[in-house]
Amino acid sequence: MFSYIIRRLLMLIPVLVGMTLITFSIVHLIPGNPAQVILGETATQTAIEDLEESMGLNEPYVVQYGLYVKDLLQGDLGTSLRSKADISTEIWPYIAATFELTFFAMIFAIFIGVNAGIISAWKQNSWFDFLAMLFALIGVSMPVFWLALMEQWIFAQELGWFPAYGREDSRDPIAPITYFYVLDSLIHLDFARTVTVLKHLVLPSIALGTIPMAIIARMTRSSMLEVMKSDYIRTVRAKGSGQFLVIYKHALKNATIPVLTVIGLQTGVLLGGAILTETIFSWPGIGRYVFEAINYRDYPVIQSGILVIAFIFVLINLVVDVLYKIIDPRINY
Amino acid sequence: MKLKYSLLVALMLAFVLVLAACTGDGGQNGDAPEDGEDPGTEEDTGADDDAGDAEDASAEAADGEQVLIFARGGDSESLDPASTTDGESSRITRQVYESLLEFDKDSFEILPSLAHDWEVADDGLSYTFYLEEGVTFHDGTDFNAEAVKINFERWADPEHEFAFTDDGYVYSMYGTMFGGFKGDDNHVVEEINVVDDYTVEFKLSQPLGFFLQNMAMTYFPITSPAALEEHGPAINENPVGTGPFKFVSWSKDDSIVLEKFEDYRIDGLPKLDRVVFEVIPDNAARLIALRSGEIDIMDGLNPDDAAGVESEEGLELHERAENNIGYVGFNVQKEPFDNKELRYAVSHAIDKQAIADALYAGYATPANVPLPPSYMGYNDEVESFEYDPEKAKELLAEAGYEDGLEIDLWTMPVARPYMPDPETVAQIIQNNLAEIGITANIVREEWAPYLEKTMNGEHQMYMLGWSGTNGDPDYFLSSLLHGDNVGSSNREFYANDEVDELLNQAKLSVDQDERASFYQQAQELIADDAPMVPLVHSRPVLATTSAVQNYVPHPSTSESLAEVELANE
Repeated sequence: MFSYIIRRLLMLIPVLVGMTLITFSIVHLIPGNPAQVILGETATQTAIEDLEESMGLNEPYVVQYGLYVKDLLQGDLGTSLRSKADISTEIWPYIAATFELTFFAMIFAIFIGVNAGIISAWKQNSWFDFLAMLFALIGVSMPVFWLALMEQWIFAQELGWFPAYGREDSRDPIAPITYFYVLDSLIHLDFARTVTVLKHLVLPSIALGTIPMAIIARMTRSSMLEVMKSDYIRTVRAKGSGQFLVIYKHALKNATIPVLTVIGLQTGVLLGGAILTETIFSWPGIGRYVFEAINYRDYPVIQSGILVIAFIFVLINLVVDVLYKIIDPRINY
Repeated sequence: MKLKYSLLVALMLAFVLVLAACTGDGGQNGDAPEDGEDPGTEEDTGADDDAGDAEDASAEAADGEQVLIFARGGDSESLDPASTTDGESSRITRQVYESLLEFDKDSFEILPSLAHDWEVADDGLSYTFYLEEGVTFHDGTDFNAEAVKINFERWADPEHEFAFTDDGYVYSMYGTMFGGFKGDDNHVVEEINVVDDYTVEFKLSQPLGFFLQNMAMTYFPITSPAALEEHGPAINENPVGTGPFKFVSWSKDDSIVLEKFEDYRIDGLPKLDRVVFEVIPDNAARLIALRSGEIDIMDGLNPDDAAGVESEEGLELHERAENNIGYVGFNVQKEPFDNKELRYAVSHAIDKQAIADALYAGYATPANVPLPPSYMGYNDEVESFEYDPEKAKELLAEAGYEDGLEIDLWTMPVARPYMPDPETVAQIIQNNLAEIGITANIVREEWAPYLEKTMNGEHQMYMLGWSGTNGDPDYFLSSLLHGDNVGSSNREFYANDEVDELLNQAKLSVDQDERASFYQQAQELIADDAPMVPLVHSRPVLATTSAVQNYVPHPSTSESLAEVELANE
């Protein structure tokens, strides 16, 4: 098991090298030069040339790539062309913001999704099953931006229950330590603020968690149905176990493997793909960081941002694989 | 066993409700759903929201402090004013910094600021500024003539110890406004003399008609030299000026926090204790946040939402004065638009009023000349190309295209304040041209290549616009239409010696009346050559809650918030 983890970590190296190559080439294939984009329509030719030179854009691609990889090996993600700040330090608050949002979105998705899936399988073909699966279908197909705007309209504008944007009350901002605001407010022992921060999390978490929730519910249902038909369940029943125990203890464990795969994949997707939710709720997360960088042709940020997202994605998959082993000791690597 | 599960669900629900109930005032708002039943009106569906809600929440802050939340669509690029051309940046630096002069609240009229008085030599080659005494920077150091000198030399000289050239700092706006940098032929600032602690003299190598306008720009304010020394290239994240608000913190793509500068040189200002600039990228979400009282001012209102905001109790609509031009330009050196009759025909074919109505919901004025109407030297007597398809057809025939022709119309891929929906404008123009027998093919390019290729002259006909920064006609007319700028910002490739001469004279003169008359003559010549069809001058709209007092939007898009306050209910 341990050697498996080491092997997997080693495999990360070619994956990441490949990622740098791909992102570097794609980024430089996007038409348009960053100096032109930064200066806009009022730029003069000389201003553009000056800026290009100061940004090091007139070096050959190979040299630019070489410099980039050299810095990367020293743990330096480069410097943003736009803000002139170090990406390694600049990126952390964005990652924290996205992690926090993804965490709560996945809690929501898993809690509702798994339970809805279980009950649907348990009461197969009941009205609950029918309704839950209908909602799951709607959930999968609903555009996130629409759901987000509807939430804002109903719960922020009309009812005033939850705030419409941001991570905290901007009239009274937090002093960040870890940049996980829930954690920070707990460290400060400021529980009123914890409530505020949690309230800011509600609407975006639901918007972001709806699609994974629906996918998890459907996956749990079909996986449970399969397990429930197996012989050992009949044996457990024959032993006289109660229905609840049969389902949550015996059946769920075996049904979890495919569900876990989906959860792992979805978590990865959310981490990199929360851009719509982040934009509508003004959530300063990693998706928006990279998106803004694309608009500005901020090459180092695009490259490093994608690299970090890819790295996290691969790590999550590794964690999922390790979890398989814990849940089902029969699995061998 | 079933009980256990429902208990969990109940707990979860209870948790959500507790969270919701913690809102306090907002939660009890009972009457909102009642009047939410007529979404069929043409106004925005949210317009019927009750606005008392918004007022309760705004102005309410931690300890009765006056905290204003200003929401905008994008983050600032840099808080070092001269090293960026980004409007979102100068919006902030306008609060933290002050220039030697400043613009009046709602126009480009020059007023004293850090300099209480100034003298201009008759030959226009020397400007002397008398500075306010007893002014301190936010870091406690004194503002004086030496500080002015250091700042201007920092921008002009790439070798200067504070120029930070190696860290990617380029002061492009300085180059544009002062004719280049140290050592360039056209760079006007020859020497800066510190006469005494509070008197500074600028020696110019040639007169510059809009030198004083430049001194009032938000791009050229005075930074504390001590802070330049201390922060070095990180000055763009640690601004230290003399302005009414001092910088507190910046979390990227999220918020910038400023707080009151207690030792501000004008007593009683600023009135707010804190200002927070929030980034809310989505226009609709920003309006919702305004309605729910989470923010006080929103920039970038959709013109279509303006009518709803105006009629809504609890919200106020504001307009910025016109300071831009959206236009369709021809490449006059290339077939087929090297033909003046054809340009006339197209000019008569385009229905500007329809564009103003359809796209800007009336918050725009059809344009005759590139210059906005409030500008010095605006010529309102230039003969306009009124919308007249019949005449256009005749002209087309005269131009030798009885059977029509096919052209390419390049369409901007991004929305700009002067062109909020380029695609629709392109379609209107396409239809207008089709009426007189011209087939316009819409060409789409990404923004950066669009700018590059039009600069290289690969287009026949294209759309673009221009926004003013220093309130001077030169910035519009010379940039867009001077022969020297062909292949740069002059994408018409228009070069008329007479026009160039007039623009040069106007630039060199310091007599403003004389300058105005040069610009008026130039506009007539330009209109006669018709290198472009000026479409509209737009008036960008924004909204505030009714609690916001004394807020006056400036045409340059950055206004001081020193006098703004929130009414307490």
